[in-house]
Parts: sequence; C-alpha cells; structure tokens
Amino acid sequence: MKTASPFLEIDADAARVTVRLDGADLSLPAGANLAAALLAAGVPVFRHTPVSGAPRGPFCMMGACFDCLVEVDGVTRQACLLTVEEGLEIVRAGPATAESADAS
Amino acid sequence: MQADLVVIGAGPAGMAAAATATEAGLSVVILDEQARAGGQIYRDVTRSAARRGDILGQDYSAGLPLAAGLEQPSITHVTRATVWQIAPDGAVAYSVDGRGAIVHGRRVLLATGALERPMPVPGWTLPGVMTAGAGQILIKESGVVAGRAVLAGSGPLLYLIAAQMVRAGTPPLALVETQSRRDTVAALRHLGGALRGWRYLVKGLSMLAEIRRAGVPRYTAASDIAVAGTDRAEALSFVAGGKRHRIACETVFLHHGVVPNMQAARSLDIPHRWNAAQACFVPETDPWGRTEIPNVFIAGDGAGIGGAKAAEQAGRLAALEAARDLDRISADARDRAAAPVRAALRGELAVRPFLDRAYPPYAAALQPADATVVCRCEEVTAGDIRGYAALGCKGPNQTKAFGRPGMGPCQGRYCGLTVVSILAAETGQGMDETGYYRVRPPLKPVTLGELAAMEETPAEDPAVMAADGR
Ligand code: FES
Repeated sequence: MKTASPFLEIDADAARVTVRLDGADLSLPAGANLAAALLAAGVPVFRHTPVSGAPRGPFCMMGACFDCLVEVDGVTRQACLLTVEEGLEIVRAGPATAESADAS
Repeated sequence: MQADLVVIGAGPAGMAAAATATEAGLSVVILDEQARAGGQIYRDVTRSAARRGDILGQDYSAGLPLAAGLEQPSITHVTRATVWQIAPDGAVAYSVDGRGAIVHGRRVLLATGALERPMPVPGWTLPGVMTAGAGQILIKESGVVAGRAVLAGSGPLLYLIAAQMVRAGTPPLALVETQSRRDTVAALRHLGGALRGWRYLVKGLSMLAEIRRAGVPRYTAASDIAVAGTDRAEALSFVAGGKRHRIACETVFLHHGVVPNMQAARSLDIPHRWNAAQACFVPETDPWGRTEIPNVFIAGDGAGIGGAKAAEQAGRLAALEAARDLDRISADARDRAAAPVRAALRGELAVRPFLDRAYPPYAAALQPADATVVCRCEEVTAGDIRGYAALGCKGPNQTKAFGRPGMGPCQGRYCGLTVVSILAAETGQGMDETGYYRVRPPLKPVTLGELAAMEETPAEDPAVMAADGR
C-alpha cells in the first residue's frame, strides 16, 4: 500500500499501528494526525467530489475546508481532526461511490 | 455546565484571555477543536516545541507559557470540542467525539482566529495543493515536511515556512511571490510604523537571508499563476520577469494573507465592515472586544488581523472587561491592568500598515478567470458567479437561488470573500453593500445522534447541514 510519498517525516520514531485503508493494511504512526499520517504514507487523494468526481486531498489541515473527508469506522469525518489508532477502518469515496459519501 | 466566561478557541487570544479572566476571579471553560492547546499558530506547542523548536523557531516556542497558563483549577479546557451553535444568551452547543453538550457562559469570547484568504487559481483544488498554513501545521504537529514543494503568493508567512523548510533540510524548490516593487515603494509611506515594529522587519530580513543562503530561487511580481496536473499537482506555472516559468513539483503551498474567521460572529448577526487596507470584513467591536450583543466579545485575529502577539494582548483586554462587567474588578482596576496591555498591543500593531501595503493579495485570485473554481465544495466557477450577476443577482445570499456556492460543508469559509468580490466588481456596488453569506447554525455538520445525546436540544433543524441563506 505504501507508495513513494512527497512528504518526509522529520522524527519518525513513533510506534506504528495497522489501519485498513479501502480494505488494505497500512502501517501508520500511533497517535499521529490521521490526515498527516496518510499524506506521509503516500496517500494524496482522500476522496472524490460528489459533483464532478474530481480527486481531493487535505487543503487546510485545520478543520475548515472539509476536503479531507473520509469514512472512518462507518462515519464520514475530517481526517485532519482525527488521531491514528490501531484498527481504524478508513474508506475513501471513489468517483463512483461519491454520492453515498457526501457528508450531507 | 456553567462558567463565568466561555472562551471559544485555544489560540493566543483564547489562552491569554482564559488566564487573565481566572486571575480576576472568573471561572472559565475554554472549548477548542484540537487535542492540545495552541491554536494554529502554536499548534501542538506543548509537544512539539521540545522536539522541533530548532526548526520552528523562537516565535513558536513563545506559545509555551500561554499553554501552561491553562493549567489551573478554575479553567476547564475541553479538547476536541467542535462548537456548532452559539446563542446570544451565552449557551454554547458543542460536540466531543460525536457527543453533544451545552455550556452556559455568562459571557462568551469568540477567539476563533483567522483563515487563509482563499486563493483560487487554476488547479487549486488538486490534491497536493494546500495552504501555506497547512504546510506549517504539518511541520508543527506531525513533523511532516513536503519534499518537493513550491510556495506561491505573498506575505511574511511564506518566508517563515520557507525558512522552516530550509532548517528541516528540505528547502522549497522555489518561492514565487506576487507582490511587486511598486508595492514595496508604496509601503515605504508606512515606514514610521514599520520602524516602531522593527523586530518584525529584522526577523523578515533574516529569514530572507536564510532562504537566499539555501539557494532557493525567488521570483517576485509573478502573475498568471496556475497549478498543472490531472489527478494531483505536478507543476506550478507562472509569468515573472516577462517569461513563463514551469516548476515541476509535488506540493504547492498557497498563501496571500489571512482573514478573520467570521463564521461564529456571522452566525450571531454581529455587524461586519469591509476593511480596505486588510481586504477583509472585520466585525464591529469596541476597544475591549465587545460586540453589539452584550454578552459576546471577540478578540484576536477574528476581530481583525494583528498576528499572534497582538491577539494575546486583545484576549487580555477582553477578559479584563468581562471581569469588570461581572463586578469582579472595578473599572479602575480594569484600566490600571489594561494600560500596559494596550501599550503592548499598539507596539504589535505598528508594523501592520507597512505589511498590509507591502504584501497585498494576489489580484488575479481576487477576480479569478471564468473557468477557475471558486467554491471548492460545490465546484462553482468564477464564470458561474458572473453569470448569476448578469441575471440580476446582487448579493451572495441570492447566489444560492442560482447555484450552490457556499452551501457545501465548508459553509463558504473558502469561497465567501471571492464570491463577494466578484459580485461587487460585476454590479459596481461596494463590498459592504454586496454583503456576505448569512451564516446559520450548525457551524459544523452535526448528526442526529449528537443531538440525541444531548439533554437540551436546540431549536435549529439538525438536518440543516450548511448555511442556508434563510
Ligand atoms: S484538511 Fe481542511 S478540513 Fe481537514
């Protein structure tokens, strides 16, 4: 699952835990900001828009833009306001399923 | 839950206000969306100052004493709290981990800070394009730094993040600035104030020297900025010095200033006025941060952009007036305590007119080309907004009858100012006349489950997920 990331981790010393992203295992630093951890793991696209299906990733990192929406354990939430925990089930809205993941 | 003062936001204004209010004998509840105190400027300072203080710099570590000031028995710091409704009588509804609750404040202080000024350029919705503030938050909170990034826009924050990236060992590929020599010359008129705020100038120059020593290419007076890419950012293109440039990259950090985060104040119908020098709407407050709603105060960047140090002082002033208002201190005691705070505030603000003039917003992002998306949530373009204006649409609330700008989950936070600017230009009205979105609770999406978990259900329809222009 891990691909070359455009982001580097300065102090990558945190213990890592396994989460599931779209059904595949992914190892992320425990207690990290979920959006930051996904970016650092080489995941640039967090969702596709319900309107045109365009890909989106985190934009503001402060809970204001809602471009980081992912489904976590069945609830659509802002990844930049969440913390990495063992076993999180993360599902991204694909272009086809975008409608069902629209937060409204 | 009840408190003398409910503070919304644990950034510099909120933290300083909470500590000052406590000293004056008030009980304080401070609600903040993050897991730890600091706001965005001091994001995660209690953990990161020790680990990355050398990269982030002394100004960042200056948040430590403020965060420590919250560690008092009479201050309840509610973390991970998303505030979604504020009533004029001081009832504040919020959720933590999907559970709703209400706290009643005899006075309420909105310390919700700033947002990045929206910078709609072609391609700004692509993954890999973020605000410069987001880039900083990644470094501060997570120690995550972009490897191949270009910074574009204007303002001292660009120098700060560039310098921090240099110190982290991953200098940006380029610094693409939009301000011109003419702006610098015009700013010299405000040199007097700038010299009184000389510390900021010295810092700016030393950061620029650091960036230059690292060999980061710097362009100024850039125009025609666009992000290229299909599924993600692949390059930044722009014109500078009469030539078109294209810099391949993986990350683009955009920034052309910050503006007050108006959502909470707008939801209370607190009047705002257009501030031409700062190119943003600013809520009407008195010198203590009081609004026209007797119980509600605003302090910090949310009341007008002054930066972290100014926000801290403004928070103290609001807390002193709240304590006077609740008869914990006399007007004399308030004024005595406020005098040095006001002097410090004036000192912090002295440099602002210079900075505002030297680093104006990128003009092409205030009036974007027709094809550029302005509302990220509903993917409404600048051309769409111009089309609405041609059909007779005069204000931003009316646009909602034509399309859906401002009706997505961000509730206009990243399109409002652009939509108003475009409409004002098309209709020839002023910004105040054109107005702004009417913001209605819930301020953030809230689920039925969160409401059900609460004992007191607010009257608003929980199904209304966004500002709906009623
Ligand atoms: S990145 Fe903007 S809300 Fe999460």
